[in-house]
Amino acid sequence: MNFWNFVVQNRLEIADLTLEHLWMVSVSTLLALAVGIPLGILISRRPALRKPVIAAANIIQTIPSLALFGFLLPAPWIGARAMRLAILALMLYALLPLIRNTYAGIIGVDRGVILAARGMGLTESQLLFKVQLPLAASVILAGVRVAIVISIGLATIAAAIGAGGLGELIFRGLAMVNNSVILAGAVPAALMALAADTMLGWLEKRFTPQHAD
Amino acid sequence: MSTDIRPTTTNPVIEFRDVEYVSGGREVLHHLNLAIYGGEILVLLGRSGSGKTTALKLVNRLLIGSGGEVRVEGRDARAWDVIKLRRHIGYAIQEVGLFPHYTVERNVGLLLSLERWSKEKISTRVDELLRLVGLSPEICSRYPHQLSGGQRQRVGVARALAADPPILLMDEPFGALDPLTRSDLQREFLSLQQKLGKTVLFVTHDLHEALLLGSRIALLEQGRLVSLSSPEQFLSSSDPLVKKYVEAFGSVEHM
Ligand SMILES: Nc1ncnc2c1ncn2[C@@H]1O[C@H](COP(=O)(O)OP(=O)(O)OP(=O)(O)O)[C@@H](O)[C@H]1O
Ligand SMILES: [Mg+2]
Repeated sequence: MNFWNFVVQNRLEIADLTLEHLWMVSVSTLLALAVGIPLGILISRRPALRKPVIAAANIIQTIPSLALFGFLLPAPWIGARAMRLAILALMLYALLPLIRNTYAGIIGVDRGVILAARGMGLTESQLLFKVQLPLAASVILAGVRVAIVISIGLATIAAAIGAGGLGELIFRGLAMVNNSVILAGAVPAALMALAADTMLGWLEKRFTPQHAD
Repeated sequence: MSTDIRPTTTNPVIEFRDVEYVSGGREVLHHLNLAIYGGEILVLLGRSGSGKTTALKLVNRLLIGSGGEVRVEGRDARAWDVIKLRRHIGYAIQEVGLFPHYTVERNVGLLLSLERWSKEKISTRVDELLRLVGLSPEICSRYPHQLSGGQRQRVGVARALAADPPILLMDEPFGALDPLTRSDLQREFLSLQQKLGKTVLFVTHDLHEALLLGSRIALLEQGRLVSLSSPEQFLSSSDPLVKKYVEAFGSVEHM
């Protein structure tokens, strides 16, 4: 059975798995954004926290994904469902690029601009929302882009613990030694990564500040 | 101990009392005593690294001294609500520091919109301010990177004046301007200040500018106040450091 035949015959299942994959990546990315960006902001304000936070995110990043799934298994509620487990793991992996880029983006804002903003009497939150975050937006988006692309790839491994997604086809294909089945999982995942990368690259460009003064 | 040469019947608007500022083990400001009175332009003169910018930043609490106190309108700067203090003081920073993601109009009007001025009022005010600093209101919709260095600097001055603060800190506000524009703006600034009676602490390297604008000139050297005098006294001073300064500017008298 060739690739195209397999895809056509199993289009419903592939669509389902693609949606599942998308769901895992979206939810984990949203959670990672909700945690990573505030953490990045926090360490830009509390320099003492920078090293421990970055170190922790770094360590998570070095844990092999299968091992991380294993470590998280005993966690209450999370461990009860493979999908939850996968989402948590993906979220943890996405933290490092988000924290690091948010931090770098904020720290990279021209010192004169910050000085002027403080000097004219902006409150710390006005400084953050009106000056630092808008000017850091393109760097933060670059982090989001990396995080999502990594996530889409990693999410294929979630099938190993039964969380579903396109990895399911890849693992099945491996077991059957059937390249068409492997490709039916790998190609949509690759296309998804490509699409996300292109879209976010475009956004990133839009948010890139014109040459600063 | 005070080095005031003014009668003590009026209270200073800004007062440095024995102010020390130490950074990285170096004394950037050394026992600075200086009072700036209502409606005057006190010019801080001094070479690069002498502590002029540091002195300004102590006034609006961008820095906090290591010793002594800086009083603003009779109150220790540390006792002010810091946001109130800064909005009470216009600050044109040396690096200009325009917001690159905002148009000229938003740059100048930002504080006004934070203070909930209406759109029309902001736009009228921004027009007026741009004209005041010799810019055409047509540049309102441009971004800072679309301006020349001198135009940027003038937008920075307009921004500092926006909310009509009674106190101004100006850190080499005309440094990037050509001599003709510079001299226009100096005259504008002087007449504005005389009309509105603002209290100004003005930093410059340019002795000519100091003599033209200053009601008094304070000379800083390595964080120490070495001379405080009227422009006339400054020119005829026998202090060796002041003399060096005057000589460096050469034929300043017939400018
Ligand atoms: N953030 C800082 N950390 C450490 N030292 C600093 C800092 N800012 C300034 N200094 C030092 O403090 C001294 C005074 O600096 P300041 O900026 O007040 O000088 P200035 O008189 O404004 O000079 P210029 O005319 O070049 O602007 C300098 O020796 C400078 O190197
Ligand atoms: Mg300076």
